[in-house]
Amino acid sequence: MNSVLVAQDLGKRYGRRWALRDCSLEIPAGHVVGLVGPNGAGKTTLLKLAAGQLVPSEGRLTVLGGQPDGSASQLAKVGFVAQDTPAYSGLSVEEHLRLGARLNPGWDAELARDRIAKLGLDPRQRAGKLSGGQRAQLALTLGLAKRPELLILDEPVASLDPLARREFLQGLMEAVVDHDFSVVLSSHLVSDLERTCDYLIVLIGSRVQVAGEVDKLLSTHHRLTGPRRDHLPSDQHVVSATHTDRQSTFVIRTDSPIHDPSWAVTQLTLEDLVLAYMATPGRVHAGPTLEVQR
Amino acid sequence: MIWLTWRQFRGSAALMGAVLALVGLVLVLTGPGMAAEYSKGLSNCLANGFCDRFYNDFFDRYQQPFLGVTLVVLVLPALIGFFWGAPLITRELENGTHLLVWNQSVTRSRWLAVKLLVIGLTVMAATCLLGLAVTWWSDPLDKSAADGWALMSPLVFDARGIVPMAYAGFAFVLGITTGLLIGRTLPAMAVTLLIFVGLQLAVPMLVRPHFQAPISANVALSGGNVEGFNRDPGGMGLKLRDQIPTDAGAWVLTNHLVNPQGRKLADGEVFPLTPEGDKACTPLSPSQVGQGDPMGACFAELNRLGYRQAATYHPTRSFWLFQGIETGIYAALTIALTWLCFWWIRRRSS
Repeated sequence: MNSVLVAQDLGKRYGRRWALRDCSLEIPAGHVVGLVGPNGAGKTTLLKLAAGQLVPSEGRLTVLGGQPDGSASQLAKVGFVAQDTPAYSGLSVEEHLRLGARLNPGWDAELARDRIAKLGLDPRQRAGKLSGGQRAQLALTLGLAKRPELLILDEPVASLDPLARREFLQGLMEAVVDHDFSVVLSSHLVSDLERTCDYLIVLIGSRVQVAGEVDKLLSTHHRLTGPRRDHLPSDQHVVSATHTDRQSTFVIRTDSPIHDPSWAVTQLTLEDLVLAYMATPGRVHAGPTLEVQR
Repeated sequence: MIWLTWRQFRGSAALMGAVLALVGLVLVLTGPGMAAEYSKGLSNCLANGFCDRFYNDFFDRYQQPFLGVTLVVLVLPALIGFFWGAPLITRELENGTHLLVWNQSVTRSRWLAVKLLVIGLTVMAATCLLGLAVTWWSDPLDKSAADGWALMSPLVFDARGIVPMAYAGFAFVLGITTGLLIGRTLPAMAVTLLIFVGLQLAVPMLVRPHFQAPISANVALSGGNVEGFNRDPGGMGLKLRDQIPTDAGAWVLTNHLVNPQGRKLADGEVFPLTPEGDKACTPLSPSQVGQGDPMGACFAELNRLGYRQAATYHPTRSFWLFQGIETGIYAALTIALTWLCFWWIRRRSS
């Protein structure tokens, strides 16, 4: 399988503090990948490393087959929409497009113009006067019209209201359908990702807790509720467990069907699934996660 | 990239262009008249053989614009470093726009190189033009300068010729460097100003005097190097100007009155006079003076006795040599800082 991103023991240190450490993961091509995790998990650092904005302190990182070393050719392949979607407040929308056209050999002027027109943005409007949602759309337009093979978005909708959030993600989805490229999108809100992503990575404390296609994750994870019990069959991997005096609730992952009639089996939503992994931050599922990735 | 740099820079460039155009207009309008007045006055006074009074009057008349123009040239490089250099990158960092622009298909080095070249060269061209224009304009004033404002003296030298260009280029790159290293605008501005002003003080005090071995000379006394005297029952005392009569633009490093035995006298120290000297050095009433030198007889007698001004100085003819060396020093510093900027931006963690 083609990978857009491969990280091996990747680490980034600021002074003495490690923002990311021992991070190993592989992101397959052709997906809209959601990267979730609590604040401080290293999401932003990982994405900035992938975009070539940061240089790793240790480990190896390959993005689209190349090193994200800030070279022009590598920069051209990877689009990056930074957190809070920055834009030059003194430049107009039109001038932002001109900036993109001047600085990117693969610039798709038609795409950029069409998007701005469709969004109803006034090209002469200064970016400083745009609403948060409009500015995010402008930043997304810049990222899309660059025609990257991989578009990385770091918490692009975190500061947007629900409507702007939906419009932003919708715009992104339409672009993915129209032009074939991979997307990595980080968020700490699973609900954002649920509608958008077909692949999910849960990152906690620099470690990948679980990674896989959303459909597959949902079909292999179950919540079991039943009389209190401490052990489960070995093919059932326990993600989280809570017990009362008489009752046990497990979130498990398994590829096999569950036959035990004493369990009440319920489906998990994506949010339940992520929360189950987040609730057990101490555990590192380095080995088993690879099974799901296949 | 050039377009973007220019688009972000054009506001400040227009502002600077307007200020420089205004200053240039004033210089062009007043310069020729001043030069004509100077040459006319000079030929008049040369006919009388005594020009000290003309020099004084001429310089006094134009002292305000002289100081104003000199100040503009002195301050401009610091302002450029302060307002253009320091915020150039910190503004991007503070607004997060570096993440936007550094992810276009242009390397950071190229981005920085274009910014440095486009703005740096504009800045240097503008300050070079200003420096030379002011040098042209103030030529008559520099020739008749009062002591303390000699052409080679630190403050005036810094505002003439090509060194303003070197200062401006350096200040600009210094601002960028501190901005890159510190990452925040206000501290970067403060540090830029501190370093630049410190250097502007340190170089003339510690380094520039050694560009060349100064000339040591015993110079005859005249109105050009004696500021005043006091008569005393025991004789007279002289107060010297820090100026060389034959070289009004010279930078005087040490300056003493020596008696015929070669002993240095303190400033204003009273020495005895011969009866001839006593007569010659008695002040005349204005009606007796006419157009000539009121102290001419006195100076003639003191010089005959062997009193001299013992001075070490850098002569005006070294002006362009000093300008060249100073420009070279600042150019070297600028290049070193530029290298540091490129090295840093490649490995910088944003």
